Amino acid sequence: MVQKVHADAEAALAGLLFDGMTVMAGGFGLCGIPENLIAAMRLAGVRDLTVISNNCGIDGFGLGILLESGQIKKMISSYVGENKLFEKLYLSGELELEFNPQGTLAERIRAGGAGIPAFFTKTGVGTLVSEGKEIRNFDGDDYVMERGLVADLSIIKAWKGDTEGNLIYRKTARNFNPMMATAGKACVVEVEHLVESGQLDPDHIHTPGIYVDRIIAGARFEKRIERVTTRPRDTAPGKEAV
Amino acid sequence: MAWTREDMAARAALELQDGFYVNLGIGIPTLVANYIPDGMSVTLQSENGMLGMGPFPFEGEADADLINAGKQTITELAQSSYFSSSDSFAMIRGGHINLSILGGMQVAENGDLANWMVPGKMVKGMGGAMDLVAGVRRVVVVMDHCEKTGAPKVLKRCNLPLTGAGVVDLLITDLGVFEIDRKVGGMRLTALATGVSLDEITAKTEAEFVVAL
Repeated sequence: MVQKVHADAEAALAGLLFDGMTVMAGGFGLCGIPENLIAAMRLAGVRDLTVISNNCGIDGFGLGILLESGQIKKMISSYVGENKLFEKLYLSGELELEFNPQGTLAERIRAGGAGIPAFFTKTGVGTLVSEGKEIRNFDGDDYVMERGLVADLSIIKAWKGDTEGNLIYRKTARNFNPMMATAGKACVVEVEHLVESGQLDPDHIHTPGIYVDRIIAGARFEKRIERVTTRPRDTAPGKEAV
Repeated sequence: MAWTREDMAARAALELQDGFYVNLGIGIPTLVANYIPDGMSVTLQSENGMLGMGPFPFEGEADADLINAGKQTITELAQSSYFSSSDSFAMIRGGHINLSILGGMQVAENGDLANWMVPGKMVKGMGGAMDLVAGVRRVVVVMDHCEKTGAPKVLKRCNLPLTGAGVVDLLITDLGVFEIDRKVGGMRLTALATGVSLDEITAKTEAEFVVAL
């Protein structure tokens, strides 16, 4: 019988890693990142990675630790402004970078996972993003063709998961995780709470287990926050900057 | 004399309507949330996957799983919902968001916007800005009228790489307000900031505009 549950991050990645591979990593900023699996990739020492992720962590945490160890060859991202080391490596030519508009990146991944090789979007028409790409007019407006994206491996963070690989995300930690789970040739998931099948309400599943090959209960979740913004208790709600 | 950041945010808030779904960018646009009129229902979208953004949490109650697109900790409201990034940009690209208010580096008289890249400097990325200006029904840009050096930012044509071509409907600066016809091009000056003369704004604007005060 197929056993999706693995003992730890190292075991869950065993046999799936190779130099030069393409990896999708869920998360927005540090929110909803597979921090245990990223740490295991660092230990595994796999190199020349092309990493598809909205951001690249920060110095010393998240995908930033794979930058430090020189394991990343190329990033496909929408925003990388939080990372000094990224800037240094990029400006010195040690790191390749492909920017995608955030919505185009999300849709490329969704399309890749859904068996759609390309689609047309208005986003980026008339900008650097559309240079060299096919433009087609539909109903009077120009659209640029973007390709679906797939990866050798997707690493995903969910809140709850069951032994069948059914997943539930929590709040804005969902972000890119559901699409990326569909677009990796192999999909490995870490969850905060791993339960037996039957424990999750089937109506509440965000990612059905068909997309998930391996799942672990994460050993440790630091869940670092990039910008803690708070208000004093005596403020009236609804009247502060969000 | 000119408008302050708060004045510009208050002016931008006049673009809000009851029932609107709105995406606010980082910087001055974020301040617009403080000027939503009492009794008006406005739902704020955060492109990382949330509708119904609430205020910052109380001290000690920040949740690492609940942030806005600026990566700041926030809270949820009774009407909030969460969704994936692809659903979020389906809302944006599909024209379901009524209004996007965002910052700018340059705006041109044809409605072009540049706000993501200065060649030769470190490039941080466009994030969701290109999708927002391409898909949201009405796009309002809030920015300083000139560079700190005094160089104009309201131009005949942008010289920085574009975020979108022909995408801006309304431009609010510290010196005044311009409506832009994004289909055929052309700017109309519809308001002057407090204490700003027509001569001053004309001198500091490279773009051609019609005066419609």
